[in-house]
Amino acid sequence: MIDILMPRLSDTMTEGAIAVWHKKPGDQVEPGDVLVEIETDKALMEQEAYDAGTLSEILVQEGENVAIGTPIARLDDGTGGGAVPVSAAAVAAAVDPAVDPAPRPTREQRLLATPVVRRLAKERGIDLNGIAGSGPGGRIVRADLDARSGTAPSAELPVAEPPVPGETVPGETAPVEREAVPAADVTRVPFDATRRAIATRLTQSATTVPAFHATASADVTDLLALRAAANETTAVSGAKVSVNDLVVKAVALALREHPTLNASYSPDAGGQTLHHARVHIGIAVAAPSGLVVPVVRDADEATIAAIARRTRTLAARAADRTLTASELSGGTFTVSNLGMFGVEHFTAIINPPQGAILAVGASSEALTVADGEITTRQRLAYTLTCDHRIIDGADAGRFLATLTALLENPLRLLVG
Amino acid sequence: MTVISYRQALHDALREELLRDEDVFLIGEEIGLFEGSYKITAGLLDEFGPKRIRDTPIAEEGFTGAAIGAAMVGLRPVVEIMTINFSLLALDQIVNHAAKIYGMFGGQARVPLVIRTPGGGGQQLGATHSQNIELYYAFVPGMKVVAPSTPADAKALMLAAVRDDDPVLVLENLALYNTTGEVPEDLAPAEIGRAAITREGRDITVVAYSRMAAVALEAAEELADDGIEVEVVDLRSLRPLDRDTIIASVKKTNCAVTLEDDWLTYGIGAELAATISDGAFDWLDAPVRRVAMAEVPMPYAKTLEEAALPSVRDAVAAIRETLDAVARRR
Repeated sequence: MIDILMPRLSDTMTEGAIAVWHKKPGDQVEPGDVLVEIETDKALMEQEAYDAGTLSEILVQEGENVAIGTPIARLDDGTGGGAVPVSAAAVAAAVDPAVDPAPRPTREQRLLATPVVRRLAKERGIDLNGIAGSGPGGRIVRADLDARSGTAPSAELPVAEPPVPGETVPGETAPVEREAVPAADVTRVPFDATRRAIATRLTQSATTVPAFHATASADVTDLLALRAAANETTAVSGAKVSVNDLVVKAVALALREHPTLNASYSPDAGGQTLHHARVHIGIAVAAPSGLVVPVVRDADEATIAAIARRTRTLAARAADRTLTASELSGGTFTVSNLGMFGVEHFTAIINPPQGAILAVGASSEALTVADGEITTRQRLAYTLTCDHRIIDGADAGRFLATLTALLENPLRLLVG
Repeated sequence: MTVISYRQALHDALREELLRDEDVFLIGEEIGLFEGSYKITAGLLDEFGPKRIRDTPIAEEGFTGAAIGAAMVGLRPVVEIMTINFSLLALDQIVNHAAKIYGMFGGQARVPLVIRTPGGGGQQLGATHSQNIELYYAFVPGMKVVAPSTPADAKALMLAAVRDDDPVLVLENLALYNTTGEVPEDLAPAEIGRAAITREGRDITVVAYSRMAAVALEAAEELADDGIEVEVVDLRSLRPLDRDTIIASVKKTNCAVTLEDDWLTYGIGAELAATISDGAFDWLDAPVRRVAMAEVPMPYAKTLEEAALPSVRDAVAAIRETLDAVARRR
């Protein structure tokens, strides 16, 4: 008898929800058969069987949420006897063959958190990944959790029984003024795993990262002309190039020139800057379930056409929730673009542990004096947000200057 | 309620027990005519006579063995060993006989023996006369070891030790003899094996016994000026060990420091740290810190002796470092 456990399907996953069971008790199972679809904080993923046998029991029903490592089903492999758990780590490794270890130095390191923190995080459903630890060596201590939930250490809390579902956890911020809005005017939408991940990670980023913003703009008249020309030639194949594809390519080349921006923050050993040798650009995509950030790997080495194709594929997979963990992990910098909505300018929140994010607006006509004549040119504004713990203002300025030069001389994007 | 010294409290407990039960007798070196090296037995020879206050030769193994035999046949001897250092000469009698007779011989005889003996340094008595080796006895099943830190506990635990039907070692402390405290006149015997919370606090648990329990209170008082609330657990008994009280306190505070006069390695602090790890692992926010004596034979020179002994300053430093580690310093 084999216990099938909730696998760890991403770096930040702490629990997963059963979306659909593809097998029911009594079904024969062969290795490679899709057993179940699991919704993680990032994606809906298929889980395949690794052993042959008969599915004897489903332990976690559709719609239920359990921590990784929890048995979700039992497979009778004919050996009888007690259950042998299929380790979540082995499963994750099998699911994630595209992992390249080089750009993610924090992945192998154990998250430092004290026992009481681990227990409280489990009880309160808090994801410890990304919480900045203030203890020795970046260890997460109880004060970090208490600060996060806005409570002082409570004498009653540690000896309290595990909370009954639905009860307010002592020490958590109590719901206040809940009745200020008539209930009939409000539709309550409980967070799903994606929304919860967005809320947790961006709150952590916005409240713990000392961020600064720097805005620049480029004359993109030539860039837009290049794009129009390129799309005329590819009109038949339909692989159109977007402004964002060009921006991603320019950002990737600029990052190669300015490795200080291609960096992540690590709390280990009192704080470290992780410089990444490869340039993997995360692209913010509005998926039905909310924001997801699939990654275009080695974007500096890719052609614009390759970036365009890859981005289109990733966006489609985001739309039908089939992005894999490896497609969602390993980004070293993120580009977020609201230009298609006519947004002129905005700032984005850093996607931790990455060091910076670029928010791109829409291009618009601007009057310019060139060679003594007033002409109209297209200008594109973009705002860089940086983690000041690892990136200084001058670094940001130099990066933006390079990026602007690339966007204003788009032929360099073809040969870079 | 009267305020008396730790020394007087021990004296009063012995006298009360001598008066209460004629099977109780005292035996040891210089406890009669000389009234004891530390005067705990002052006046008792005159009051109770040489049959019940027995002076002995300098022969710890002999008189401890004699007391064990007397206990086996129904008397309740209270042995004074001048300092705990000399108990090593009676180690075989205590460990291999007193502690084992009840279990080894099918419960045919109990050994209602008390060994009272002071430990502790700080008196410039040199390396062989300044030790704290109570852990040798706390290590042994069949023994009970109590270690009062206050006059009231000294009296209550001594009363309990004399009335207990098993061998009990009462650890006194040279540095505590002259300390004073309130002792109710009708004080009841203590329950052996029960620790006391001698100061409540929510920030950190300090576990200590004997002299270091008093040091813990001083450290707590000093830290209170900075708004740090230290909870002090005074063990009072090393065997049996009141694990529940320790664990409950650590579950409240999430961190702990242990204090002991002994050496660190293999010491009582190690047992306490293991107890906390076993019982409160999921409540810990920092590793358990131990404060103990320097790992040297006790120096004779006053300055070096002071440097070797754990102090209030050492305790305060360890507490502050632990609170830094949990980022909970107010």
